[in-house]
Amino acid sequence: MERRDFLHHSGVTAVAIAAATALPAAHAQGAPGWNKAAFDSKNLAEAAKAMGATVAPIESKDLVLQAPEIAENGNVVRIGAQSNIANTTQIAFVVEKNPSALAAMFDVPAGTDANVSTNIKMGQSSNVYALAKAGDKFYYSVKEVKVTLGGCGG
Amino acid sequence: MSDPMRIRAQAQGDKTTVRVLVGHEMESGQRRDAAGKTVPAWFIQSISATHNGKPVLSAQWGTAVSKNPFMQFSFKGGKAGDKVAVTWIDNRGDKRTDEALVS
Repeated sequence: MERRDFLHHSGVTAVAIAAATALPAAHAQGAPGWNKAAFDSKNLAEAAKAMGATVAPIESKDLVLQAPEIAENGNVVRIGAQSNIANTTQIAFVVEKNPSALAAMFDVPAGTDANVSTNIKMGQSSNVYALAKAGDKFYYSVKEVKVTLGGCGG
Repeated sequence: MSDPMRIRAQAQGDKTTVRVLVGHEMESGQRRDAAGKTVPAWFIQSISATHNGKPVLSAQWGTAVSKNPFMQFSFKGGKAGDKVAVTWIDNRGDKRTDEALVS
């Protein structure tokens, strides 16, 4: 009986080890649906295209970008955007001179205000864009943020 | 594992404002360690929020979001005692969900 038990247990252990070694591969995938192309983009036009824009985004005064004129610490720059454009479904933030221009992209379902803010890192002084999608059109507004102390690299 | 998120949801008038502080390294993949080796990127890729189970926000993040990320948004409706839940998934496949009650 003992021998049989041992065999039984070792079988279970082997399965457990196999399952454990299979896990890292699954982990490497990250979040499902993450738009890699958009986050690989180097500027506003590329980011908008990767988000589904067919024509270049239009500058709009109805999209209000909140960003500091001078950021003392590039590691934490508070930015926000409020879109007064009807049917805004997406708001994104693009930092022109960051290694990966697109910083964040928010989906805004009906019933949620088209007004989001977050903290981002900036490597150096750069133009910061808010990009909003309403219907099938894209709009942007831009502000220059001067960074005294960079937040990337080193 | 990961630290709990700090979620504050406050109902005012006809809308609820949610502020979320996440505990995460958000390693950009640009930095080098003391030995000159690049520190691999480790960051939250997606984060989403629900109000009583109904989605109210979802977002995709890149490496440029700050360490210990903050985000703020607001949605229509919501009253004291309602449940707001936030879930994130990072590029290693780790995830975490935390809940808070609307006050």
